This record gives sequence, C-alpha cells and structure tokens, in this order.
Amino acid sequence: MIGIAVLCEVQSGTVTRGSLGVLEEAARLGVALGEPVTAIVCGSAIDDAAMAALGGFGAGTVRVADDALLASGIAQPVVDACASAQDTGGYRYWIAAASIMTADAMAGLAARLGAGLVIDAVELHAEGGSLVTRRSGLGDSVLAHCGFTTPVGVVVTRANAFAATEGNGGSAPVERFTPSFRAWSQAVTLVGHEDAVETGPDISAADVLVAGGRGLGDASGFGTIEELAAAFGGAVAATRAVVDAGWYPYSAQVGQTGKTVTPKLYIACGISGAIQHKVGMQGSGTIVAINKDKNAPIFDYADFGIVGDLHTIVPKLTELVKQRG
Amino acid sequence: MRIAICVKEVPDPTAVKRIDDSTHRLVRAGENTLNPYDRHAIEAAVQIKEGPAPDTEITVVTVAPASAGRSVDRALAQGGDRSVHVADDAAAGSDLLGTARILAAALKRESFDLILLGQQAADSECYVMAGLVAELLELPCVTQAASIELGAGSVTIKRQVETGYDTVKATLPCVVSVSDAINEPRYPPLPAIMGAKRKPHEVVSLAELGIDAATVGAVGAATVVGGLSKPEGRGDTIVVEDDGTAAAQLLAFLVEKKLVA
Repeated sequence: MIGIAVLCEVQSGTVTRGSLGVLEEAARLGVALGEPVTAIVCGSAIDDAAMAALGGFGAGTVRVADDALLASGIAQPVVDACASAQDTGGYRYWIAAASIMTADAMAGLAARLGAGLVIDAVELHAEGGSLVTRRSGLGDSVLAHCGFTTPVGVVVTRANAFAATEGNGGSAPVERFTPSFRAWSQAVTLVGHEDAVETGPDISAADVLVAGGRGLGDASGFGTIEELAAAFGGAVAATRAVVDAGWYPYSAQVGQTGKTVTPKLYIACGISGAIQHKVGMQGSGTIVAINKDKNAPIFDYADFGIVGDLHTIVPKLTELVKQRG
Repeated sequence: MRIAICVKEVPDPTAVKRIDDSTHRLVRAGENTLNPYDRHAIEAAVQIKEGPAPDTEITVVTVAPASAGRSVDRALAQGGDRSVHVADDAAAGSDLLGTARILAAALKRESFDLILLGQQAADSECYVMAGLVAELLELPCVTQAASIELGAGSVTIKRQVETGYDTVKATLPCVVSVSDAINEPRYPPLPAIMGAKRKPHEVVSLAELGIDAATVGAVGAATVVGGLSKPEGRGDTIVVEDDGTAAAQLLAFLVEKKLVA
C-alpha cells in the first residue's frame, strides 16, 4: 500500500475549503512519511482544468470520477468510487474533512476494505513511519493517539480542524477513472432539495451572537433570545437540533453543518454543546453558557457558565444590558 | 414490518468520565444508561407502529457486557418488543469496525425491513455506525433523518445537508440513522418499565453469530490507541449556580471584559 488519498468534496462545482485544508495537511504528512498524495474528486460535470489547481494545495495527482450518481450528495455511490480508486491506486491512507457526505462515505469505505477508521481526528502525525492521528475525546478533555493495525487506514478529520491557505498556484496532472457502482449504492435517490434561504442578519458578521438550543423548550423560547440579542445589538444563532425541529431558520445555524462564527461574544442558551456545535463557534472571543444541566459539555469550553433556568436569567440579563445602554 | 434498532449503553452523563491509563479505554464501572440519542430511534419506530404499520415488531439489538440488561430493558420499556443482546467478553475493546461487524452479524441472522440507529453515541460522539453497518450488510443507508415517511417498499426521508434540506427515497430494507430533532421521545409509563423484563430477551455469543473472535474485540481491533495526551484548554471556566444574582454576576464579568459598555 502506497500513498495518501484525500477525498476532496465538491459542492456547487468547487472543492470545499475543508477539503483543501485537509489536502494541505495531508501533503505535510506525505512529506514526513515519504508518501505521494492523490486528490480524489467525485462529482458530475467536473471541470478537469479547475481540479488541476488542487496541485497548488499539495496534490501530486488528481483523479476524477465523473458520474451523475456522484452529484446527489448521497454517500454510497462515493463509497463505490473510492473503492474503485483504491483497486487501482492501492493507497495506504484515506483522509477526508468531515461533512454529512464524506463521513458516511469514509465509514462505508472502511467497512468495504476492512480498514481501520478514526473519526474526529484533529491532528495528523508521522510517527515511526506511520500515520498516528490525534482523536479528540471526552468533550475534548483528552487526545487519543490513534494508529492502525490494518494495511489501509481511513481518517475523517473534524470539521474546521485544518484551515486552508490560498494555495501556491501550482497544478497537478488530472486523470479520470470509472467507478463500478453496486446495486445497494443506487437504492437511495434524491427526490427533492430545498436550498437554505438567507433570512435575517448575517450571523457570520455579528460581534455578539445569542444562540438558542433545545433547552428553550419550544420555538416561542426564541422570543427572549431575540430580545437579548437586540439589547446587545447582536444577532440570533441556533443549533442544528432546533433548526431541524423547525424552531428557527437554517440561515441562523451554527455548527458542522451551518455556519462557522467567530463573534467577540457568544452566549449559548439551553445548548448542551455537542461537538457538531462546538466546531462552528469555538473560535469565539468570549463564550458564555446558560444551561440548567450542570453536566452539559458546553461548560467545558465556556469562559463563564451559569447553571440555572434561562427563562428567568435571560430576561434579567436583557434588562441589565438595556439599563447600561 | 420488522424494525431493528441498534442501541448502545453509555456512561450516565452525570458521571465523571475518564479513560484508563493502561488500557486506553473508557472506564465503564459507574452508572450506565441507554444512549439518549437512541431514544429518538425507538420513538421513530414506535410512531411507525402506532401509525402506518400496526403489525410492526420492534427488535432492540445491542453489543454490550451482560451487565447492560437494564439499558436493554429501558429500550424495551420505550416500545421494543424483544431484544437481541450480544454479550461476550471477547467483544470488549471492539473499535468502530469491530462493533459494526458484530452488529451486522446479529442483524443478518434475521430479515429486518428497517434498521434504525440514533445519530451518534453520547460517550464517543461516534456518528458513523450506520454507514459502517449498512455497507457490511450491503444495504442502502440514509443518515441524519429529520423525518421518515413510510411508503410501499420504501421510505422517504428529509435530512439536513450543508446546503439546505434534501429529500431522499430509499428502498427497503435499509439502514437509517435519525436526527435528535425527529421527535420528542416519550418517557415510558411505569407498567411498561415493569413489563420490559418479561419481554423476550435473547443473549447471544460471538460464536453463535458465527463471528471469528480474532476479527473483533481488542484482539481484532483495526485501530490502536498508543497513548493519551491533554489538549490545550481554553483556560479556566467560571461557573455559578443561579441564586437570583447570576445575571448580575455575568453582567459584571462582561463589563470587566469590555463586552458591555
């Protein structure tokens, strides 16, 4: 087994920033291990000339699978494509930046190949000639140094763990390969899509964000959140769970899916603080958490935490902030 | 129809979790509970049984030490009809692939129409078990389902992706992991809790599933933890319990940080 394959996800015709960041990190790892790095691109109507630019982010070779089945956002056809790439490429490691699609695709690939799988990797190290990841655990209180015992190892890195540069302008040869699709991989079909519609202020630009989660109780709980945000002159953010439940619009969502935000002040109300949320807001300047569950993971990475009922604390805080304003 | 739900026992969220320095495994000696995310999968199955498919049988499947019976009972109390509990010392120390192999073998013995999972495990935050199990079973897979609509020989599922919401249709049998926003799991009433013990419990070993013990557990693990280290922290957290003055204390903190005028 030779080389590192990086699954580069294409959304709306371009490779995601997360994928570019992982490709650059894989290139550093490749140098340390003496392993070549190949970018694997799966999609439909892919522009090969644009993909050659992945050479500027560390790819020695770019391999493209182009098929309508690969453009649906459904993971299993991508498993087939990666397995086909593996058949001819014989890669030692597969690495992808976590997304809804790539995490499922890498899990499927690991199962198909009987390969070890590490998810939520935050660092990639070359140790003793092999890849040893750092997998974050127990609410990020510990890093497990995870390696592989299998000939092939598969890694899903945490969203936003590796920030991409603008590249060095280089290019790499692009070749095409033809995946062989399995029957069960074609048994899920995309029948509809609603684009997230931008509503309200852009939360990526706000200095103060007041965010609400399931602890609000129901959609009406956002009323007090909006009042506090208004008192600060800030904007309202939401977790995936409450967006999925229809309490608040997708455009306000912070997390692995949704936006990555870095306000000066982030006030998390009724948010337990799962990793998927954390990766979208951990770059905030000051983090405040209000939650009735003192064991909520959010308290592990907040600067100031209040254990209590947000329905009484938030309105009080709103009044106090207004009095000063 | 026949629905299987893969569940996991996890340490009680109120317990202080730690990893053993020598084995590098999570210490599971304390109080354990049914993974909270799995309760949404059970509720989703119960809603199918209460709605479009009343003849549904719900089977709870788990890989856990024999001591996990209480968590299995909790799952049955919430609406499971029977359980398949893979309890075998040789399964201890299984990594993601090993656990998936055991679950797949337990699921393969029977013909389920729908295999449900919660979106992630509360202890490891692992969110890829559905993808692993589906591939081993060679079945279609949909993750992060925010709604499930049962059709004739298929399910239609709405799910969140980075660009908005997709609606996908999958033929049965298939593997589905559900979002924690798909429903609000009901607490089982007391008679259901009392009655759970009397439901059919099947405890099986790896040998009974035809699994070569060398391919699972610590021995067969495809990943190995060679050490542990501490990540860089954010620094100290001030935590106050609200006694009526918490909002004022927070304001003082924000003023000191110059975040409020």
